[in-house]
Amino acid sequence: MFSIDEMISFLPPLLGGAYITITVSLLSFALAAMIGLMMGIARISRSLLLRAIATPYVQFIRGTPLLLQLFFIYYVLPYSGIVLSPFVSGVMGLTLNYSAYMAEVFRGGILAIPKGQWEAGLSVGMSRKLLMRRIILPQALRIVVPAIGNFFVSIFKDSALVSVITMRDLMFSGQILAAATFKHFEIFAMVAAIYFLISYPTAKLVEYIEARLDISRAQAAAAPAHT
Amino acid sequence: MSLITPVEIAAATTVPVLRLELINKFFSRHQVLRDVTLEVERGEVVCIIGPSGAGKSTLLRCINHLENVDSGTVFFEGAPVYRYQRDGKTVIDPDRRIEKIRSQIGMVFQSFNLFPHLTALGNVIEAPINVRRDPPEEARRQGTAVLTKVGLAAKANSYPHQLSGGQQQRVAIARALAMNPKLMLFDEATSALDPELVGDVLRVMRQLASEGMTMVVVTHEMGFARDVADRVIFMADGAIIEEGDPRQLFTAPVNPRTRQFLQSVLDRNGNTEGAG
Repeated sequence: MFSIDEMISFLPPLLGGAYITITVSLLSFALAAMIGLMMGIARISRSLLLRAIATPYVQFIRGTPLLLQLFFIYYVLPYSGIVLSPFVSGVMGLTLNYSAYMAEVFRGGILAIPKGQWEAGLSVGMSRKLLMRRIILPQALRIVVPAIGNFFVSIFKDSALVSVITMRDLMFSGQILAAATFKHFEIFAMVAAIYFLISYPTAKLVEYIEARLDISRAQAAAAPAHT
Repeated sequence: MSLITPVEIAAATTVPVLRLELINKFFSRHQVLRDVTLEVERGEVVCIIGPSGAGKSTLLRCINHLENVDSGTVFFEGAPVYRYQRDGKTVIDPDRRIEKIRSQIGMVFQSFNLFPHLTALGNVIEAPINVRRDPPEEARRQGTAVLTKVGLAAKANSYPHQLSGGQQQRVAIARALAMNPKLMLFDEATSALDPELVGDVLRVMRQLASEGMTMVVVTHEMGFARDVADRVIFMADGAIIEEGDPRQLFTAPVNPRTRQFLQSVLDRNGNTEGAG
């Protein structure tokens, strides 16, 4: 029943899909991290305007399903004349969605830094901006690495949702192939295996970065090197 | 070339570094400072003592605007700062001016508040490089010099968590000194330290005082206050109750509350005589 040759013949389209999945995920993650950081800072800014932008952004996006957001971007925006390719729509949807969650993580990381750090920086004449950049963020980013790493691992799998807007990612490629050949078991088993082969090293990479950044250990190890 | 007249020299030397005028401060409805008026002359060491909750730390934090006053005026080198009346209007200083003034006032905290991701030297040169815009080489040279002064040149490349509490606090003092402050504020700088580490920090503070640094010191170290202070201020319930020469205040306090406070401190801690 299983034919190795047949399965090998499924590989090229599936790997093509995997390439799209990886591209969409990496791109969305990078954009989401940048926007998330800005939104996270804006959420706790002293400026009412920035808060008035960031807070509803985060609340609204977290309060609606990713699937719906993708539908909106791909099927509803064209009614107002904005037609986007599946790829752009998919990246946009994932970026929007992930940036909102990441904003909350960054916000939490920043708020976790003791007030004394702010006071020490202010007392030597630092501006709040400089303090944020030089003192608060370097510490906050270390704190949020596990949570942000978690998002990094999950975005590869959540990106499967972009298949609903006809992006030829790994999931979509599998569906097309399965519909054409009726070899559901083989194909979806292969799709699962490829997702796992992407996710597992990703999780390992995050673990490695976490270990490297473990504040006390990393600094103890780094200290003798600074001479 | 500008000529400095004798009058200007006289003016410069008579203007107090710091003047607080009728400072009032509330935390919600609780009044933590009541009409506090205080002057600190150049080179003077003023110690503030008093029971916890007296408003000592809050007063110190109002001096460099970590807390905003609700009424009254803070003068730094004769000029009013933050929120004050000019031509009948309330003037609120821009952040920039507050930052400029803070950069000239060093502060040492009870809990050190060193930057944990920077080395001892990194902590010390952070503000000189990024606030005052010193060239990094120059900042490093000066930073090493201040670390040497507090006896920690050998720890320049250590991170805060690798240092003892006493060492961390001395790095914090070096960090403040690196900006060449005109005034140093100490907020219970030795209260969080193990007893055997207090001496090192007090020694550095004594040295600073003897070199003519202007200092306002909130402290529970009565021995230090008695030996080093030019003037001791006793605060309770947000107000200055009594102030004077340390010998007079410690041996013959006028106000019954001062007497009661000193009595309770000496009863509790018989060895304060030798502290520092």
